[in-house]
Order: sequence, then C-alpha cells, then structure tokens
Amino acid sequence: MLKAVEKIVALAEEKKISFPEAVIILDSKDSGIEAKEIRARMAERLADMRRSVKEACANEIPCRIEAPMGAKLRARGGGMAGEFIAAASATAMEVASYNAVMGRIVAAPTAGSCGIIPGMIFAWEFFRGGGKDTDELLTGALITAGAVGEVTAFRATLAGADGGCQAECGAAAAMGSAALVYLEGGSPPACAHAAAMTFKSVLGLVCDPVGGLVECPCIKRNGILVANGVLCADMALAGIESAIPLDEVIDSMGQIGRMMAPALRETSQGGLAVTQAAAEIVKRIGETGKLGG
Amino acid sequence: MPVWEIIGPVMVGPSSSHTAGAAHIGRIVRMCWGGEIKKAALYMRGSFASTGAGHGTDKALVAGLMGMRPDDPGIRRAFGLAREAGLEFEFHTEEVAGAHPNSVRVVVTGEGRAMEAVGYSIGGGAVMLHKLDGFQVDISCALPAVIIMNRDVQGVVSAVTSYLSAHGVNIATMKLHRDSRGGLATMVIELDPAGADVDAEVMKNMHPGIVRVIKIEGED
Repeated sequence: MLKAVEKIVALAEEKKISFPEAVIILDSKDSGIEAKEIRARMAERLADMRRSVKEACANEIPCRIEAPMGAKLRARGGGMAGEFIAAASATAMEVASYNAVMGRIVAAPTAGSCGIIPGMIFAWEFFRGGGKDTDELLTGALITAGAVGEVTAFRATLAGADGGCQAECGAAAAMGSAALVYLEGGSPPACAHAAAMTFKSVLGLVCDPVGGLVECPCIKRNGILVANGVLCADMALAGIESAIPLDEVIDSMGQIGRMMAPALRETSQGGLAVTQAAAEIVKRIGETGKLGG
Repeated sequence: MPVWEIIGPVMVGPSSSHTAGAAHIGRIVRMCWGGEIKKAALYMRGSFASTGAGHGTDKALVAGLMGMRPDDPGIRRAFGLAREAGLEFEFHTEEVAGAHPNSVRVVVTGEGRAMEAVGYSIGGGAVMLHKLDGFQVDISCALPAVIIMNRDVQGVVSAVTSYLSAHGVNIATMKLHRDSRGGLATMVIELDPAGADVDAEVMKNMHPGIVRVIKIEGED
C-alpha cells in the first residue's frame, strides 16, 4: 500500500525516472508482484476502459432522471471552455450515464466517478497523442492516477459515504490531473502539485444523490470536475505549485469528510436530494425507478 | 489495495457496493450451495433494502446466484434470465438490530436440503460472507478457501491440515469456531492461490467427524 505521494516523488527524483516507474517499483516491492505483471494488469484496465467509452457513446438506454448530455455538449463546438474540455466532459458524462443504466464500466476509483479519468485521458489521446505509442503512455497515466488514488484510500477515503463527493469525483479529478501532467511530460513533483490543486478545488463537496440514484447530480459532476483537473494540470505544467503538499491536502480532505454531517454523505438526506424539485422527481420516477428490463 | 485495483473493478454499474458487491455475494452463495440453485428467498437489510431496487442490487444478487460475475452485462436482464433458467426467487426486507447496512440474508432450498447465508458489501466491490447456516465465518472470498463443518471431536484439524500439507497447499489464514464443547464446529481456512486445488469430496472423507466441506474459489 502506497502511503505517501511524497515517497513516490522522492524516488522518481532520486533515480531520475518517471512518476509511474517509481510507483511500479514501490508497489512491486510491497506486493511481491513483478513490475511487468503490474503494467500488464493496468494495460488490461486501459483496454476495458477504452471499450466502456465506446459502448457508452453508443448507448441508447435512457437514464431515469437525466436526459443525454454528451452529444449536446459536443454539438455546441467552439465553446468558451475549448475543444479539449468539451470533449473530455462529454465523454465523462456519457460514461457516467452508461454506469447509471447498468452498463459495464471501470470503477475509477468508484462507479459513481467512473467517467472522469476516461474523459481526461482519451481527450488527451485524441488531441495531443498523435504519433505516440498512446497505449504505453496511457497505461503509465493510469498507474499515475491509481497511485494518487491508492494514497487517498490509505490517508483519507474514496467512498462517498465516508467523505462525500470530494472523495469520489474529487479524487477522480485529482487522479486524472496527475495523469495528464505525466502525459504532457511534466515532472513528478508537477504531477503531485496538479492533484493537490485539484483536491483543493473540491474540498467540502457533498454527496447528495437525488432519490439515492447514481445519476443527479453525479453525472454532471463527472462532466464538470474534468475541467478542474485539466486546468490544474495546466497550472502545474506552467510551474505553479501547491503551497500545501498533496499528502497533507489529502489528509485535509479526510478530515473534512469526517466532519461533514452524515446527511451530506450519500444518504440522500440533505443537500440537493431534499430540494422540492428532488421530491417531485422521486415521486415521478416512483415505481418505474427500477433499473434494467 | 494495490494500484491496479484502485482503477477497477471492471463492473456493471451503477454502484460498486450495491451492484458489484451484490453480484459477488450471490456468486459466493452459489459456491457454498455447490451447484445450480433452483429456489432462493432473499431478505434485504439496511441500505440494500432502501436503495436496492434503484441500484439494481436485486438483479445483481440474482445474477450472482446464477454464477455471473460483477462485470457480466447479463446482470441487467437477470430476472428474465433467471426465469428461463428455472430459478425461483423472492425478495423480502427485514430489519435486524446491529446488521451491517449493506447486507442480505439468502435462504436457498431444494434437493431436500436448505442453506442460509448472510453476506455484506464493504465497498469497492469487496464483500464478506458473514454467516453460513448460523455459523459466523467472516470470510472475504478474495482468496480461495474451504469451510469445514464438523462435530467438535479430536483429530479433525489435524486430518484437514495433513491433507493440505500433503497436497502442497499453503494456509493463509485459519479460524475455528464451535457452538459448544462436543457440539458443532466450523473451520474456515483461506488458502494461497498457488496450488489451491483441493478436493472437497476427498476432504470430507478424511475424518468421520467431518459433516460438510465447502470449497470457495478465489477471485481471478
């Protein structure tokens, strides 16, 4: 179990290797599993993730609360947020919608936040991966993202019921931002700074699903938090640093999660879940709210 | 949790604890039963009871009882597939003081016998088989395992460990429980995956005190 990002960064700096290479050395030492095998397992995850995006974009099963959003955002084109973020966000919302209708996805780190990382890394591949061995690079990106998640699981939590949405969508965006810095050739410390700044942008984010379903506001939060992660990656690549180191930001996230009232942690007893509109939605979907056929 | 499990599991949505975990529990119940299940009553507790329909927890459990894994796209159509396979199932809810919030009790009947199991979801698709026929087993089923039910008489543990040793199987963990001295007892043994291929039938005949041997495959 990786317990501190600081150790990964220190090892990478000392040996002059990339962030994911340092992760593999540490994880292999800890688990006894060969480096080659760890890389192979993550490459399989990448293949599953790629397939889930393809299926999600072709999915026609409607969600119960939310109408399809990905295609609408793509159709707007030339938006203020730019092509990269629009594409990443659209993919993230499609994958999250597919999850909501029991499609097969890769939990990254959870099912409720499964759109964010594929949204970010496949947008990177499309816009910036030309001419490179992207499978090799994206596998490294997932190892980078996974390491940030692993440390978060150890020091804080990745469960909405324990930490709110900062621990699910927030963690996914932080993991993805570190991955993007790696993909852009940024330094190991810059990977950590990007994740730290992303986490800082979601501290206190509550988990308040309408009707207890992984749909509203979950799908849109997948789409939105992609943007935080991408911007923080750009900031870190520009040399901007987080004054508070990533490990300590993660500690804060855990502390805030524990201080949050249970009503704001996936119980649907607070926040958006108890608005008048939410009550009407719950009444409307009523018995038809069951999943699948 | 190692790095490749943070990016994962590959699963059918929408919830790792309510959907993937539920499918996993159903599959473990099937392994404990030791064959095709024809009739099951499921008693949903806590959050499984309150949000289970919305998360497809009910479908995932039934899919698991049919042997499907948490990433099987068939989970969505589990009720229809169960009808085709001749699996009768019914759902109930129950409130049990102190029960885990994501738990279910499953009663399987058929072939002139019955079995009762209680399982719960601990997050990220991981689960615990909590009770089996009244005995506390608390086993994660991440590793292959054998559960041995026996009369509490001398020599059973030795017979079982001798068998494992003779077959080159290493024991990862081992727990013993008994209801009373000389009464019924259970032995829960988790095995290291390498060489974990044990024969439940042969183990059952190792000692006259052994009543039942259940073999559980680990995760891949």
